[in-house]
Amino acid sequence: MRDAFVAELSEIAAVDPSVMLITGDLGFGVLADFADRFPDQFINAGVAEQNMTGLAAGLALEGHKVFTYSIANFTTLRCLEQLRNDVCYHDADVTAVAVGGGFSYGQLGMSHFATEDLAILRALPGMTVVAPSDAWETRLLTRQMVARPGPKYLRLDKGRANLPVDEGDVTLGKVRKVRDGNDVTLITIGAILSEVLKAAAKLESEGINARILSVHTLKPLDAAPLVAAARETGAIVTIEEHNVVGGLGGAVAELLLSEGAMPTGWRTVGLADCYPTIVGDQDYLRAAYNMDSVAIAAAARAVLAR
Amino acid sequence: MTQPSVSRANAIDTSAMALAIRRHAVDMTHLGKSSHVGSVLSLADILAVLYGDIMHLNPADPRWIDRDRFILSKGHAGAGVYAALAERGFLPREQLKTHYQNGSKLSGHVSHKGVPGVEFSTGSLGHGLGVGSGMALAAKRAGRANRVFVVLSDGECDEGSNWEAIMFAAHHKLDNLIVAVDYNKIQSLDSVANTLALEPFADKWRAFGWHVAEVDGHDHAALSAALAVEAGERGQPSVVICHTTKGKGVSFMENAVLWHYRTPQGEEYSAACAELGRAAGEHEHA
Repeated sequence: MRDAFVAELSEIAAVDPSVMLITGDLGFGVLADFADRFPDQFINAGVAEQNMTGLAAGLALEGHKVFTYSIANFTTLRCLEQLRNDVCYHDADVTAVAVGGGFSYGQLGMSHFATEDLAILRALPGMTVVAPSDAWETRLLTRQMVARPGPKYLRLDKGRANLPVDEGDVTLGKVRKVRDGNDVTLITIGAILSEVLKAAAKLESEGINARILSVHTLKPLDAAPLVAAARETGAIVTIEEHNVVGGLGGAVAELLLSEGAMPTGWRTVGLADCYPTIVGDQDYLRAAYNMDSVAIAAAARAVLAR
Repeated sequence: MTQPSVSRANAIDTSAMALAIRRHAVDMTHLGKSSHVGSVLSLADILAVLYGDIMHLNPADPRWIDRDRFILSKGHAGAGVYAALAERGFLPREQLKTHYQNGSKLSGHVSHKGVPGVEFSTGSLGHGLGVGSGMALAAKRAGRANRVFVVLSDGECDEGSNWEAIMFAAHHKLDNLIVAVDYNKIQSLDSVANTLALEPFADKWRAFGWHVAEVDGHDHAALSAALAVEAGERGQPSVVICHTTKGKGVSFMENAVLWHYRTPQGEEYSAACAELGRAAGEHEHA
């Protein structure tokens, strides 16, 4: 996804000189081409994310469209107050780009797991929060994000859903219906969509027809398809490679309760409000922390049994 | 293009402006029962010289593209910026009375929302210099000659984010970025020396690649000479370390830690007004 993001941003930067990319000294082998092609639109701010984000706000207030780039917690939590005070309060056109969503860097340990970012970023007023599920979706959403002024967060991961490209089906701020079904709805965000697809295939073999909604834009949240899912399928499971507190599950629950669309069954699949103390690749950690296709299918069966 | 309303050739009387800022500061913190009067009194001369002499601004067009940008990074002294803006005609003096009141746009820490002339909102320390660096870089890239002035407090230099920005600005040779440090040697609970010592302060800035000047922060001629830096002049960012007295202008507030948070009320308010040359209740903006 990060290559897709950089490729798309390069195309945009070639025709829009106001676009700038600032890295916090990360992106080895990924950003070199952008830096060579657009030396006036690229800055390595060094290992200094607070300054990187303040700097981005200053550039944005002078008319630039600024992208800050680093591993997930470094463009978000490390400089959270700069995002809050400098970017959001000033409606600055800054997009914090995070690579390594969820357990993408599963072997690197807790410091590199991005498992609270969605909850924290969506709590910032004015912040658009986006987590694509695949590379081509990343390209389409990147282009649409450039056209949307204001504070934004783009969470990148390793997308392996391998769904066919459908350019007409990806709109910033809209839920994408990936699979139709009327027994249960699996609502997900980001690259863990690949596990959700596997779970749906298993469920189908058991005679359970699961609808899949991919919420690539967590904020603003597209209400209608989520409300319709609750009313039409009753049973809801949310799936996120993220803490179960405050992220996708929290956002959908807030929405459905506000809309009076009470699900008949409800489960949130995600990290159970803990920090992993072991490492492993992304698949290993998804299984170890009960958010792989096995766990997702089990959650779907459980909501249907209620 | 709209011409700047101030140039150094027809400068405003900055001494009168500094006195007005001090009177406003005492009134505003009295009416709002608010803190930080000592911080504003410390800063009043720096603000008067910047707003009355150095900066190119246009009250009739606050967003004029070639204006000099100003960020008060020590946002708790925001009353001083509101007072300076009122003195320069960006907002009615009468509006200063609303500072700190229910429903007011004039918050205790400086905010730009609905207040013409405020470039940037602060209040959490260590934010202004990074943003100012971005504004200075943008001006250079756009080929504009405007400058970016950032005022830091001394206690604020405890924040590591400042030192990130200090490195960045020197590396990128942001010679249109001018910092003034209000070095009054007192932070909120104790002296700077007893909290986290800054000395040798000037040497630190020099070692980080900045042009350093040190002045008496209440001497307008010295401030004016040190702050009159043109973009492109030096090839490096500039810092003016302004040696100041916290609470300057009101004898019992001077050099007193107490007046970081204490609000002037009763006899203390009357005494402060008397020292600033008028009777209590005779508000500058009444």
